[in-house]
Amino acid sequence: MHDFTRRSLLQGGTALAATGALTGPALFDFAKAWAQTAPWKAESGAKLTVMRWKRFVPAEDDAFNAMVAAFKAATGTEMNVFSESFEDVQPKASVAANTGSGLDLAWGLHTLPQLFPTKVLKMNDVADYLGKKYGGWTEAAAKTCKHGDDWLGIPVATIGGYFTYRKSATDKAGFKEFPKDFPSFLEMCKALKANNTPAGMALGHATGDANGWLHWILWGHGAYTVDKDDKVIINSPETAKALDYCKALSDTFISGVASWNDSSNNKAFLAGDLYCTINGISIYVAAKDDPTKKDLAEDTYHALMPVGPVGKPTELQLAVPILAFNFTKYPNAAKAFIAFMLEKENFEKWLSGARGYLTHTLNAYDSAPVWTADPKNAVFAQASKRALPASGIGTPGEKAATAIADFIVVDMFANYCTGSKDAKSAMADAERQLKRIYR
Amino acid sequence: MADIALAPRSAKTQIREATTWDQLKHNRNWLGFWFMLPAMAFLIFFLAYPLGLGIWLSFTDTRIGRIGQFIGTENYEWLWDDSIFWLSVFNTLLYTFIASAFKFAIGLYLALLLNENMPFKAMLRAMVLIPFIVPTVLSALAFWWIFDSQFSIISWSLKHLGLITQNINFLGDTTWARICVIFANIWRGVPFVAITLLAGLQTVQPSLYEAATLDGATRWQMFRHITYPLLTPIIAVVMTFSVLFTFTDFQLIWAMTRGGPVNATHLMATLSYQRAIIAGQLGEGAAISSAMIPFLLAAIMVSWFGLQRRKWQQGENND
Repeated sequence: MHDFTRRSLLQGGTALAATGALTGPALFDFAKAWAQTAPWKAESGAKLTVMRWKRFVPAEDDAFNAMVAAFKAATGTEMNVFSESFEDVQPKASVAANTGSGLDLAWGLHTLPQLFPTKVLKMNDVADYLGKKYGGWTEAAAKTCKHGDDWLGIPVATIGGYFTYRKSATDKAGFKEFPKDFPSFLEMCKALKANNTPAGMALGHATGDANGWLHWILWGHGAYTVDKDDKVIINSPETAKALDYCKALSDTFISGVASWNDSSNNKAFLAGDLYCTINGISIYVAAKDDPTKKDLAEDTYHALMPVGPVGKPTELQLAVPILAFNFTKYPNAAKAFIAFMLEKENFEKWLSGARGYLTHTLNAYDSAPVWTADPKNAVFAQASKRALPASGIGTPGEKAATAIADFIVVDMFANYCTGSKDAKSAMADAERQLKRIYR
Repeated sequence: MADIALAPRSAKTQIREATTWDQLKHNRNWLGFWFMLPAMAFLIFFLAYPLGLGIWLSFTDTRIGRIGQFIGTENYEWLWDDSIFWLSVFNTLLYTFIASAFKFAIGLYLALLLNENMPFKAMLRAMVLIPFIVPTVLSALAFWWIFDSQFSIISWSLKHLGLITQNINFLGDTTWARICVIFANIWRGVPFVAITLLAGLQTVQPSLYEAATLDGATRWQMFRHITYPLLTPIIAVVMTFSVLFTFTDFQLIWAMTRGGPVNATHLMATLSYQRAIIAGQLGEGAAISSAMIPFLLAAIMVSWFGLQRRKWQQGENND
């Protein structure tokens, strides 16, 4: 109910009163001062329609809306914000791009701006301004948004996924410290299974979870779906090694992972059936918020993903870039809003609201208070630095996004790990599917 | 009236030639056409056009938000040796065949049972409809919980009874997953078959049974030679619908398994959705949908020509 009233207040044009109650006058003073000196002056009478993905942490949404209201009050820009579920953001943005109307700004997932490079407003000046002011962008974030030397959007943040585990279980398994490489991680999972405190990661069609950890395994072995020229190279000895490793790993998992979707590991972990998994910070946040799960929350820790044989981090993390369409009537207002969001006074509060769910892409925010507010948050601060773009070493763009959405890599691993197919035909199948997409 | 009285008598109105427009207005054959027009427009806009558009899309490389180029049969060529596509065809046929057979058997049994005189007849008949009135997504979610790999009530009960030690891997094992989704579909589809067949049973004249009883017919003979023949037309209709609904099922699968594990429950409809909407390749998704048309036509033909060949349906005597 709280959510509903606040939003209707905002939309009803009484944003001033609503935000005043939420964040106090400090944010307004800052917004006003900022609007005076900012490099982009919102056009008078500007109106922006913003689509964003639907929040997972309510406080993040609150912080976002407070920013929106402050921006509105300081610049006089009419703001219309609405949210869509993860799956609907990309289709709706694509339709707006195609029809040239409906949206001014879209905050989406992965490499969204790369899907229609000719329809977006170039953000070079915004990226330079923010990059210079806040210690530069992380590499993966820049790749996600850059097309040649042009910035097609601004990589606002990353939704990080890391190991969430029960310390009591890993201690008992003989691993006082969380493993840092693949072989010892496998040993730990075997020990966890032997103690009847199993690990488990989704092998089903779980868009975020399954794609996340399986790409990490694949890339960790130096295998990729396509090379830098987008030639399909999945059928390789490296992939075969990744498959074998993954099979050994999945043999130690809790039963049923082949049916798991994105929420299954959360449920199993919180119920105390699962002792180690890869997830966003949401499991820990949920445990912390539930007074009956105090022990579980205390026993829950986070760890970075072990590094594979390639010797460097190969994580797939979910980038969330924002873009403005070039058909917007108010390009300066759009740029001003994006820059405004990422200013320290706003962004740090926003990160705190997200409670570790969002990770910054500007290096200066390494020192943001959210990462020290709870020491268990700290791991997630690295999500933007240790990630590869969703395309691996290939071109970030439409085809890479399709391959992920179509579960090509997930199906390949699942086929082999569940014994439905041998390694050769699992790889051949994936190769065939990738060629269909990259034709 | 005054106008007519004032008009000069000599100026008789000329009888003019009937124009084409007049004919269109007054000809009875055309009148029929005019009455048909709204229905036709409705069918063209809401049935023929989307169908045609879908088929057209399947010959293009359209993506969501981008108009595609005509690429001939390329989408179909890629599908031809796509193992996941053929797996989905196999799954769809298996799903349709098994579920429809069970729905028919259970539905007919229930209809015969409900046709008997028994206490609380009206209430029982209403209760049979419950699975049908619950929104599919809700029942699918309920089944998803029932078959959950960790929190399944079935596994839990069996474990507490000491019959099993490990949770049953309902939706994670390919065979189990198929059984589960087919079971859910049967549960949902039975009431439709049962109630429709029950309606058919009520139209059978009791005098036929009386005559048969006098002739000393057994219950089985009465069913075989009176009930069943008189029920065939309605069986044909209800099974055609049932097969069509099952073949194009989407919600149950999407809510329960999303086509997993390892695509073992991917139907053509879910695969089409995954490729067209989730992955954005509208052209290819449309090709998968269009590939369903021949199967659906075949299903209709079988029931139409196989089960409904009786002359009395065209108003003549039964042969």
